[in-house]
Amino acid sequence: MSHGHKGVAPAHQFESVEQQQRVARFGMWMFLISETMIFGALFTGYAVYWTLYPEAFQEAAQFLDVTYGTVMTVVLLVSSTTVALAITALEGDRRRLAAGLFGVTIALGLVFFVLKIIEYAEKIGDGLLPTRGFEYPGAESADQAQVFFSWYFVITGTHAVHLIVGLAAIGFVIWPILRGTYHAKYFSPVEGTGLYWHLVDVIWIFVFPLLYLMGRAGGMG
Amino acid sequence: MDDTRETDPAEGDAGPNYLRAGYSIRSWLLTTDHKRIAILYLVSLTVMFLVGGAAAVLLRLELISSEASLVSGDGYNKLFTLHGVIMIFFFLVPSIPAVFGNFLIPMMVGARDMAFPRINLASWYLYMTGAILGIAIIVGGGVDTGWTFYTPYSSTYANTHVILAVAGVFIAGFSSIFTGLNIVATVYAMRAPGLGWGRLPLFVWSLLATSLIILLATPVLAITLALVAVERATGIGIFDPGLGGDPVLFQHLFWFYSHPAVYIMILPSLGVVSEIVACFARKRIYGYPFMAGASIAIAILGFFVWGHHMFVSGQSVYAGIVFSFLSFLVAVPSAVKVFNWIATLHRGQISFETPMLYAFGFIGLFVVGGLTGLFTATIAVNVHIHDTYFVVAHFHYIMVGGALMGYLGALHFWWPKIMGRLYPERLARWSAIFVFLGFNLTFFPQFLLGYQGMPRRYHVYPQEFELLNVFSSGGAIFLGLGYLLPAIYLTWSLKYGRAAGPNPWGATGLEWTTASPPPSENFARTPRVTEPVYNYTGERQS
Repeated sequence: MSHGHKGVAPAHQFESVEQQQRVARFGMWMFLISETMIFGALFTGYAVYWTLYPEAFQEAAQFLDVTYGTVMTVVLLVSSTTVALAITALEGDRRRLAAGLFGVTIALGLVFFVLKIIEYAEKIGDGLLPTRGFEYPGAESADQAQVFFSWYFVITGTHAVHLIVGLAAIGFVIWPILRGTYHAKYFSPVEGTGLYWHLVDVIWIFVFPLLYLMGRAGGMG
Repeated sequence: MDDTRETDPAEGDAGPNYLRAGYSIRSWLLTTDHKRIAILYLVSLTVMFLVGGAAAVLLRLELISSEASLVSGDGYNKLFTLHGVIMIFFFLVPSIPAVFGNFLIPMMVGARDMAFPRINLASWYLYMTGAILGIAIIVGGGVDTGWTFYTPYSSTYANTHVILAVAGVFIAGFSSIFTGLNIVATVYAMRAPGLGWGRLPLFVWSLLATSLIILLATPVLAITLALVAVERATGIGIFDPGLGGDPVLFQHLFWFYSHPAVYIMILPSLGVVSEIVACFARKRIYGYPFMAGASIAIAILGFFVWGHHMFVSGQSVYAGIVFSFLSFLVAVPSAVKVFNWIATLHRGQISFETPMLYAFGFIGLFVVGGLTGLFTATIAVNVHIHDTYFVVAHFHYIMVGGALMGYLGALHFWWPKIMGRLYPERLARWSAIFVFLGFNLTFFPQFLLGYQGMPRRYHVYPQEFELLNVFSSGGAIFLGLGYLLPAIYLTWSLKYGRAAGPNPWGATGLEWTTASPPPSENFARTPRVTEPVYNYTGERQS
């Protein structure tokens, strides 16, 4: 089903394109709320263990590399900016610019992903993969540190899965934008994709301080 | 597909009915028509119900005797796990939303289809993927953790197919998220002109409340079960007490979904009963705003009571007291519903067609299930009856006596709309009575057994409990008969039933203003709502 640039027809179940866009936007927000509950559960579990084992978690968190975390945060924030700019460009019907900006987003998302893999590889190389071969050099309980690294891998891993889904979704809208399927009068799937990418970004805004920064300021824990 | 365009006087200018919109398998498997997807769900849910029911039959056969007569201890563990997993995740949770919600919500709001028809179809494929995994587990030797998958047994020690089982439930979870998303978006943005929030049928309100729970709670279950699977596969230490992980955290996260899931199962039935009671009492429902509000209140309160499953799991006494109090609060909106149904019946022109029998059965069993819920929510009593047959009886009164009676009531109420055929009324009434009597004979003895201290989930038990167990197993035969009869006569009615006409019950509501079965686009033209909801005048007009 393709929409010509002029004279957009709504899908058969809708009365108008406005209704279709309203429904799509509303549905996407509902889905995002649902998605946040996944991370809500993970953050809750992590908070429980931080309270149970503050010393071990504080020490284990020092083994994460703040430089990686900071660079990844900057990369994701910029990628969200290019998404916002792309949507604005599309609203002004500058489709090539919008597609280009989404291309930049994908590139930045891939940079994030590669950094994540390098970071994982380093952790695994240091024996910090929290499975049966876990080797912990710290002074606190190695078992509790293993619990910390379990959360680290689970939370960042779940985030990475969402990142990949977001990248794929953006990949799927670029070509239709260039072809004119989405344009200033009809672009709710693009908008939904953008919202999803912002969610990936927002979640990382919580992941970064919770994992990388907590316990670093003197006396906190 | 065009060669099937036969015209039928009742169909008017809205095209052929949805059943005739194509006969090929492809036209069913690739359909995006909400009504056909509802039929796909109806068929697959019925199959899963038979599987879960067969497990129940074997459980009850084993329990006729106090000794191990039919299955081994391991076999028994696998049977009750199978029964629970299939009945909860593959039957009750999707049941009314996926079948009747799918079929009726767009019609009740005067729309041509759900908001997202392709997501709707994807939901069924996800459900089927999960269900096939569920069946594969049976073939592969079963799983023995109980439907609750408690850690650390599930994550570390069990030697059965836990990962496959949680994968199936995980996938089915996203299928219900998709259904919930569709319902919320459809009700929010696709109501016909004149159909304000105060004119929505209570079935719509109850499914709205259900969908909100599905959207907010299901992701928590999904990630929790994913953690169990990852821990089992790789040995990470989230729930492993050997490393300092906390198995009780699993219970918190699990019940954060699974208690609201009880309301996912019961709320749709509450909506069904409101529709039926108003129709067969020929009266406007009493206290409409309170009925709608009570559904939302139950959905919200449902998120704050999960700890009542964990009174003996080592949670703090203070947490227990708070959870106990909050659990009592759920009784308030539930009682509002019951009193308002009774007030609706008061001075109504009551008739006793099959759907009404199911609605009456529902109200009685829901009251028993609800009141025994107050027993189990009381900490001191709970310590005594925890993990006994009292709890088994309590939740079966809600989930079978409640949710399943509602499902059967809905099936009989809307069957003429869905298939355009009437079923044999006398036989249907008998089967409704069989279900009611058989249900009580099966589960009431379990209250007594539980109160006397018989624990759940054992295949052998002291001989003094044998008599009541024989009663219970005997009742299960009647119950099974009550379920088999509709399967037979409803199938019979597809070919031999009398044509139903658009509105055989003389009911209000937009779904009754169009042909039975409805045309693919539901209405010849978009309806315009000018009357208040449940505008019954006291006289039957059919």
